[in-house]
Order: sequence, then structure tokens, then C-alpha cells
Amino acid sequence: MTARNESAMSEPQQDVPNPNLSRREMGVGDVILQVRGLRTWFYTRAGIVKAVDGIDFDLRQGETLGIVGESGCGKSMTARSLLRLVPRPAGRIVSGQILLEGEDLVTKSEEEMRQVRGKRISMILQDPQTSLNPLYTIGNQLREALGQAHRGNSKSMVRRAIDALRSVNVAAPERRLHDYPHQMSGGMKQRVVGAIAISCEPSVIIADEPTTALDVTIQLQYLRLLKEIQENTGLAIIFITHDFGVVARMCDRVAVMYAGRIVEQGPVRELFNNPSHPYTEALMASVPKLEERVEWLYSIEGQPPLLRDLPPGCRFAPRCPEAREQCLAEYPSSHRLSPEHTAHCWRLDTSWQ
Amino acid sequence: MQRFIVVRCFYAVLVLFAVSIIVFVLARASGNPIDTMLPLDATPEQQQVFMELWGLDKSYPEQYFDFLVNAFRGDFGNSVKWADRTAMGLVIERFPLTLKLGAVAIGISVLLAVPIGVLSAVKKDTIFDLNGKVFALLGQATPPFWLGIMLIWIFAVELDFFPTGGDEGISWIILPAITLGWFQVAALMRLVRSAMLEVLETEYVTLARVKGIREWKVVWKHCLRNASIPPLTLFGILAAQVMTGAIVTETVFSLPGTGNLAIEAIRGRDYPVIQAVVVLFAVIYIGMNLAVDILYAYLDPRIRYDRA
Ligand SMILES: Nc1ncnc2c1ncn2[C@@H]1O[C@H](COP(=O)(O)OP(=O)(O)O)[C@@H](O)[C@H]1O
Ligand code: SF4
Ligand SMILES: [Mg+2]
Repeated sequence: MTARNESAMSEPQQDVPNPNLSRREMGVGDVILQVRGLRTWFYTRAGIVKAVDGIDFDLRQGETLGIVGESGCGKSMTARSLLRLVPRPAGRIVSGQILLEGEDLVTKSEEEMRQVRGKRISMILQDPQTSLNPLYTIGNQLREALGQAHRGNSKSMVRRAIDALRSVNVAAPERRLHDYPHQMSGGMKQRVVGAIAISCEPSVIIADEPTTALDVTIQLQYLRLLKEIQENTGLAIIFITHDFGVVARMCDRVAVMYAGRIVEQGPVRELFNNPSHPYTEALMASVPKLEERVEWLYSIEGQPPLLRDLPPGCRFAPRCPEAREQCLAEYPSSHRLSPEHTAHCWRLDTSWQ
Repeated sequence: MQRFIVVRCFYAVLVLFAVSIIVFVLARASGNPIDTMLPLDATPEQQQVFMELWGLDKSYPEQYFDFLVNAFRGDFGNSVKWADRTAMGLVIERFPLTLKLGAVAIGISVLLAVPIGVLSAVKKDTIFDLNGKVFALLGQATPPFWLGIMLIWIFAVELDFFPTGGDEGISWIILPAITLGWFQVAALMRLVRSAMLEVLETEYVTLARVKGIREWKVVWKHCLRNASIPPLTLFGILAAQVMTGAIVTETVFSLPGTGNLAIEAIRGRDYPVIQAVVVLFAVIYIGMNLAVDILYAYLDPRIRYDRA
């Protein structure tokens, strides 16, 4: 037995959402986003797809939280839930809380949410090639974003737009304003999308696999740019990827998602040194090189389960090399491995011999 | 953009030439005009005089050249049926009514189809969308002549809201325009709906929402302009449908328009008038398609800049 399992077994703790937590942590002044028991389901003809099925995490000011997992495990739907932009009418947030600086976004009206989007939480979408409207100039689309937070005559808006482009290192921004998306390279478009995301100075940015569509050198440039922006503005980033290599480069903390749930989360260093969920181990064993686009994992047999008829027990059990009877019977509770590091796996329980 | 327009205009002229050849050949292929225009017992001398009078004794290329030059000047000769009138003069005289009818019909179909199509997409799978589908099905299953007769029977005969025919005032145009536009509403609406559905799924629409833009602006600014490109293609075809539809509609409502004139001319084998109508319809059709092409370029910068 390794040390990590002993410590885990000696003090298994349950991760019960604490209603007082929010105020207390706000007092420290660093947690800006708390997600508690979030469930986003799709009601389809074939049944209920539990894309996000009860996740909890915190996000602190100035930090980067990575969300990793294979394709289809609910990362994007988590991101869209935070902005309340789940595809309708099939998708719905069925329960949970999203506390942004203490205010619950789940209960807000559509109009109130509009005030949150772009200004307090923004998002960089996966594909820069299709994120910009092909029929409007860059300047038009940037000014539209800026207009949500700033009032001003067209001259001052143009100046702001130029500043926004400059902040993401776009050369000759005055001229770029008149360009259409099809006149720009993929990397340039990605920068523009970044400029739009930060244009209203949000406190949280969600980047949903922002580099998968870019080639390697541009990927690295872009990641560096995001880091730079973060250092200058102190914004918090939720960085979604299926690539542990990028996580190591970018993130302070990481949450590993599998089949709609977070199975393990903690500081990046602790997770790398002490991966405690078999799925995390498997993901790390198959760290894809940055230059390869890997949508599946070499070292894990099988497919993630269909999210519409999930087994009652551990969702990883059908693929887990360590699975036992008890894993199939009941979903594993949360085990705290260190103050910040938790995992859901029966292997960490005292009953596991 | 200018180059684009010049190139398109050049194509339009080419198509016009093709049309002129078709009209010329069809007129020659559909029987000898001597048989219809001269009495059966005409002597060979009379026939000879007639041939020279109409230039039918020349070679075909010469005849075509004459036809082209005259057609370019709008001169298709005198009508056979109304011998003291030029063919083009007759067509032009009847044309304003058809133009009004077509414009109102297209106006009605666009004003109905675009909002219903957009809302059907936005409210996909709701009662509204379902009703839209039923409406479209009815529209495409109803032949215009039958619809026209039904409208006359219900609204003009039974309810006496509108005149049964004629072209006095403005109320005369409503029933024929509905008859003419009805068929297009359904097709256009379905096309707008499917184009909107596709656009609503795109990343740039999601990004527009992420920016916190009002939903109506997302729909009408970011979606509709993109979604209007596929239905525009239909618009060129619509022009043709409206013109052929005008023939049926004008007959049902006994309106003295170009469509009605075409029927009369065909019945009387009035070749000059038929040619004038066909050429006019072809010019309108080509003009509409040219307008559609230019509109494409106006809407989509990728067309404007890339394909000159
Ligand atoms: N519009 C939808 N209708 C039904 N199910 C959906 C829809 N969109 C996504 N899903 C389901 O939600 C799950 C999570 O999707 P997503 O969050 O995009 O995964 P990820 O981003 O991790 O690849 C997928 O398995 C998919 O089946
Ligand atoms: S609970 Fe069991 S099946 Fe699930 S990951 Fe842990 S050991 Fe594997
Ligand atoms: Mg995704």
C-alpha cells in the first residue's frame, strides 16, 4: 500500500456541501465561483441524458482550474451551464447552485443572466474557425461585445476595440478592424475571439478546448497569451481540455471528469504526484503529446458509458482494472486525501482490503 | 464587388442570347406560319409574297440576325390577331397589371414566410412549429387554380368581400395575389426554417449569446442574415413560378394581364406576341437572378471578395 492510500483510509471524509461555506470563503476574498450539486440533463426521446450529474467545485480569483476528461463526459455542458446556455429545449439545469460571488445564477432571470454573460463570466469556444460570424467585420463583432459594458460614441468604441486587439497581440489592429473573419488565419481568429472574451473585463473566463483546432506552435503561443492576460488582469480561468500535458502547463488545480461527474480534484502537483482515481491514472498514462489530437485513450479499454442509462455504482467500473463487487453496487463517496485533494473511489475506503 | 457585378452581367447577356436562339428555333419548329396565317386556298404567288413580306425566304442565319436586331429594339412585328398593334406594344400595355400582381404576391409570400420560418426554427418542436408544418403541407398540396376558385367562391361570391374579377380599385389584387403567392409561402418558409435551424447551432451564434447580446438581436442580426442565403437561391426560381403562376391566376380571375395575353396569343397562334411575352419573361427571370447574385455578394463578404 502506498502512503496516499493509508492516509486516505485513515480519515475518509464526506464532501457535504456546506451552506455557510460561501460566506466564510467569501470573507477570505478569494473564492469567486462555487458550484454545488450541479445537474444538467437532456430530456430526449431515447431517455434522460445526464450530461452533468452532480458536480461540486470552487474557483478562486486569479487561478486556473483545469477540467479534464474524455470526449462526451460533460465538460462543455458544465461550461455552458455556468452561463446558462444549455441547448434548449432538451437541456435543462435540473438542480444545484452556481454561486458567483455569492449570487446564485441558477435562479436568475434570463435578463439578469444577460448581465452576467460577457461581463462577469465569459467563454472562449472550441473552434476559432466558426466562432466569428462570417458576415460581419471583426470591428463590428468586437464593438458589439464592448457595447455590453461600455457606453460611448463610435469613436471611443473604435479606440476600445483597437486596444482590445492590441491586448491580444494582433498586429496593425486599426486595419484588422475592417477585416472579415475569412481574411484571417486560424491563430489570428483565435486571438480575436480571446479579445472578445476579455473585452468586458469579466472575472471568470471559461476556455473550452481553446487550442484543439490550432497547430502546435500557435497553440503554445495562445496558451502563453492566456497566462499573460491572467497575470495582468487577475481573472480566474476554467480551462477545459482532454490533454493532461496542457493541464500541467496551464493549471493550478484540476478536476477530472468522467461520465458527468468529477471523480477526482485537487492541486495539479498533488494529482500528478499522487493520482488516486484509476481513471486519473489512466489519463495520465496516456498523456497525449501536444502535437497529436487524441480523442480517445490508448491505455483505457472500452468506451465511456452512455449517459442515458448509467450503472448505479461507480461509472468507471466497466473499464476499471481494479473494479470489485462493491464498486458495482453503490457510487463511491468522496475521500479527502489532503485538504484540497478529493477522489471518489472505493479503493480509498477503509472497507477495501 | 464591381468586377463581380460586371462578370454576372456578362453571364446574364450570354443567357439572353441563348434565350433568343431558343425562341427563334421554337417559332420555326412549331409549324409553318403560312398554314395558319394564310387562307388554305392561297395561291403559290400569294404564298411567295407573304414569305418575302415576313422575310421567310432568307436563310436561317439571316432570319436569326434580323430577329435579333429587331428583338433588341423591342420589335417583334405586328400582332397577327390584333393586326394594327405591335406585339411589344400589346405586351407592354398589359404588363403593369402582371407586375403589380407578381410584386404583391412575392411581397405577401416573403412577409408571411420569413417571420413564420424564423419563429418555427426558434420555437422548434412547439405547437407553433407544428402549425407551421401543417400550413406548409397544405400550401404545397394545394394547386393554385383550385385555391383561386375556392377563394373566389368563399370571399367574393359567398361573403362578397372582394370582386370576383376585374382590376378596379385595390381590393381586386388581394385574392389573386394570395392565390399566386400561396404556393411560394410554404416552400420559402420551410427553407427559412431549415436554414435558421442550421445557423442557430453554429458557434458564432453561441458566441453572440456568450457576449450577452439580447436574444432578438442574436436571432435577427446574427442568424437571419446568414440563414437568408439558401432561401435567396429559391428566389430566382420564385420569379419563374410567379410568371407561370400569373398565367393561371389571371385566367381564373379574368385579369387582362400579360399572362392572359399569352393564353390568347397561343390560342390564336399569334407568334409575334408569343415571342414578345417569352422574351419579356426571360428578361425578367434573368434580371431577377442577376439581382439575387448581387444580393448574395452584398450579404456575404466571402462571395464579394473571393469570387470576382
Ligand atoms: N443537444 C443535446 N441533446 C442530447 N444530448 C446532448 C446534447 N448535447 C450534448 N449531449 C450529451 O451530453 C454529453 C456531454 O457532452 P459535452 O459536454 O459536449 O462533452 P465534452 O465537452 O466533455 O466532450 C454527451 O455525451 C452528449 O451525449
Ligand atoms: S470505485 Fe472501484 S471501479 Fe470505480 S474507480 Fe474505484 S476501484 Fe475502479
Ligand atoms: Mg466539448
